[in-house]
Amino acid sequence: MVRPVPVLHVLSVLIVLFALSMLLPFGVSFLHGDAASRAHWQAILITLASGAALWGATRFGRSELQTRDGLLLVALVWTVLPAFATLPLLLYLPELSFTDAYFEAVAGVTTTGSTVLSGLDRLPPSINFWRCELQWLGGMGVIVLAIAILPLLGIGGSQIMRAETPGPMRDQGLAPRITETAKGLWLVYAGLTLACILVFKAVGMSWFDAVVHSFSTLSLGGFSSHDANFAYFNSPAIEATAVLFMVAAGINFGTHFLAFRKLSLAPYRSDPETRGYLALLAASVLGIAYFLLANHVYPSFWTALRHSAFNVVSIATTAGFFSADFSRWPIFAPVWMLFLCCFATCSGSAGGGIKMIRAELMVRQALREIMSIIHPRAYLPVKVAGQRVENQIIFAVLAFMLIWGGSVIAMTMLLTASGLDVISAFSAVVVCLCNTGPGLNQVGPGATYASLNDFQTWVCTAAMLIGRLELFTLFIVITPAFWRK
Amino acid sequence: MKIVILGAGQVGSSVAENLASEANDITVVDVDSARLRNLQDRVNVRTVSGNAAHPSVLADANIEDCDLMIAVTQSDETNLVACKLAQQLFNVPTRIVRLRATDYLTNEKVLGPDCFDVDLAICPEQVLTDYIVKLIEFPEALQVLEFAHGKVSLVAVRAFQGGPLVGRPLKDLKKDIPNVDARIAAIFRGDTPVLPDGNTVVQAGDEVFCLAATKDIRQVMHELRRMDKPVRRVMIAGGGNIGLRLARALEQDYSIKVIEYDKRRCEILSTRLDRALVLQGDVTDEKLLAAENISDMDLFVAVTNDDENNIMSCLLAKRMGARRVVSLINRRSYVDLLHAGEIDIAISPAQATIGTLLAHVRRGHVTQVHSLRRGVAEALEAVVHGDRESSRCVGRRIEEIDLPKGAAIAAIVRGDEVVMAHHDTQVQAEDHVIVFVTDKKLLPKVEKLFEVSVGFV
Repeated sequence: MVRPVPVLHVLSVLIVLFALSMLLPFGVSFLHGDAASRAHWQAILITLASGAALWGATRFGRSELQTRDGLLLVALVWTVLPAFATLPLLLYLPELSFTDAYFEAVAGVTTTGSTVLSGLDRLPPSINFWRCELQWLGGMGVIVLAIAILPLLGIGGSQIMRAETPGPMRDQGLAPRITETAKGLWLVYAGLTLACILVFKAVGMSWFDAVVHSFSTLSLGGFSSHDANFAYFNSPAIEATAVLFMVAAGINFGTHFLAFRKLSLAPYRSDPETRGYLALLAASVLGIAYFLLANHVYPSFWTALRHSAFNVVSIATTAGFFSADFSRWPIFAPVWMLFLCCFATCSGSAGGGIKMIRAELMVRQALREIMSIIHPRAYLPVKVAGQRVENQIIFAVLAFMLIWGGSVIAMTMLLTASGLDVISAFSAVVVCLCNTGPGLNQVGPGATYASLNDFQTWVCTAAMLIGRLELFTLFIVITPAFWRK
Repeated sequence: MKIVILGAGQVGSSVAENLASEANDITVVDVDSARLRNLQDRVNVRTVSGNAAHPSVLADANIEDCDLMIAVTQSDETNLVACKLAQQLFNVPTRIVRLRATDYLTNEKVLGPDCFDVDLAICPEQVLTDYIVKLIEFPEALQVLEFAHGKVSLVAVRAFQGGPLVGRPLKDLKKDIPNVDARIAAIFRGDTPVLPDGNTVVQAGDEVFCLAATKDIRQVMHELRRMDKPVRRVMIAGGGNIGLRLARALEQDYSIKVIEYDKRRCEILSTRLDRALVLQGDVTDEKLLAAENISDMDLFVAVTNDDENNIMSCLLAKRMGARRVVSLINRRSYVDLLHAGEIDIAISPAQATIGTLLAHVRRGHVTQVHSLRRGVAEALEAVVHGDRESSRCVGRRIEEIDLPKGAAIAAIVRGDEVVMAHHDTQVQAEDHVIVFVTDKKLLPKVEKLFEVSVGFV
């Protein structure tokens, strides 16, 4: 049975903390003396007051959270916090509708990086800073969610990662395990971000650009403070740096954590996903570079490789930066990139989509079915890193894939029914569900999601949340059985 | 020699049987008194019932008087504890421990004097696995034994019509392969041993024991029969301890199928094995064998716990077209019944594994003992010490050494060099001498030869 009161109580604490995180853009605004400082302190006050009010109203019902409460809390965090995150945007840009502002905020915390805003270069730095900070916070939330929380809740086969997770194994309550794990992950995440900031600065960005782009790189978000995104810098060194850190951010942070703690590369080698992830990325980058060269998109191989490397890695890792309008490339290239963003990233990273581990499991399950027809009496376990995967987990992954496919079809239908052309609709649904960012055609890298009508925007917002919370979390919470006593 | 054996399981009881026949004073300890009674019915041993890891039980077994303790209970932990107690409380000079877990076997510290202080750790399953792996590497051989850390090999081969040497006297071997120094150590015609000399003629069907440097052994075998195709596909019936070890040892180089009846065991097997295919079913189910292409198998190895199952599945596999079948058979009467019949090779686990133990029981400095022909014959490797006065071997030519009839020195390993024994070869101190004994009854006499006389200090 779900008890909403203790859940709301925890949520109220998170809202208060979220209000404190708004102090950062306020500070930035103060430093730059930009015009948004009033919007920021008003937002802080409203958020703080709401959090405190909720805290006061629920403080008599606090108690230890159980698994089901955890599901509700996760769903609420990812839907309620973006609502508060819209405040600075709404207060500074009065002409912005709540629909668009909420889309922008959700695209932030889900690390999607699709935007409805244009004229980013003219926005106050603190607003851009807030957008990128949202992604950074969202990225951290997602990593903790994927490594510490979802496996405990048994969502969509993510239990397979349990064995790989650092930190003590405790099943009685959620809190001790999550805090332990989260501490280590924060360190790695923050450390990598710091490194990224310094390298960006060293290869030619301004401090401000370095910070905001590091935020959205490590979280695989994709927000930028420039309309032209990375094309603005037009620097191979900056692009190479971004590629490096995006690749790193697409690997399981639990594995990073182990590698840092042991100071060795062995955890990467024994990780079941990393090898497939890196191989897929490398092969795709080279393949697309040749494809672009063969189709005379770029004059030289090195130019082709440069744009292929940046854009393919960016889309495949679900970051969603771009250095060229890849939607104008011959259609195979962007479609392959969309395909990659569904599968490439490792679980436990900030990346979205189905994740490498589930894809691997599905391939092995398919091979097993073929083998079991040839050898009906054979025991053919599906194994990951030498460990047998329980059938129950495979069923969960199968269900995950099925619902994932179903969601893509259903939402594409909704978007086309509302008047969007089918390529825009399909690509928008895929990139939102995978938390990538730019799609094709109307929502491509050269355009924004502002051209969608309110209904279409809400569908995309829902897609981002569904994808980020690994489908089941949201679907479970809206099931009547979940609320039955 | 006073020996205490802990554990009266398969290994324990066959060790007891073997050693009891060699005039030793043996005490067997086990928790299961029914098992002990059963053993006592067959063998003349003293028995003590109780937990072998309890000091009081060990004291009951008079362990403080014994020269050798062999701990072969089912549990590694019991064996280790008993070993430590035997050393610490009872001052047992030599302690042999059976260990299954590789964790213990590979960790020098665990076995070292500061920890459990094990003199010799044996793993019968591993010995048996090595034995079978050897047979797969040399598909023509009936048995492959190594001496002097693998420098010298002794193989048993059945001579077949078509081998160049078959039908000719042994001295022609030198003419056929002049660059190889090999020796035919013994020939068994039916069950009778023939002590070979240069004029002995090899007949088809003879079981020939040849000794040569390991690198040359294939050439020697080639003289006695045409070579088989190398083995590629192996089916293992039974996924117990041996089946699993065997599959793990072979799965990288051969195509392996393992049949196991127990479903839960199948799950464990399929988890532990990477490439081998694990099939659930009865090893004597001909439909299953047919569906898994038994007729294409180069080798079928039956290693279940059950003799009858092993035999029947081997017979079935052979009938259905498997090229060669190998069966594990515990009961000695079955082994004699079946060897060289439909079943190509019958392996007696006790005989295959007992060699390492025997080496420690033997007098003189014997480093390696191999049972041959189901324990009737023996090949042993002994180190000779002393000088012309104190030893009966050192400084003498082989023809001068007073070996009983039926025993022969086959080769000498001197440092890294392998010397095939000729009548005029001189034995030196610290040589490793490989002696072939066609009848076990001769053993005490042979052992005496290698003892250093009392005057030698």
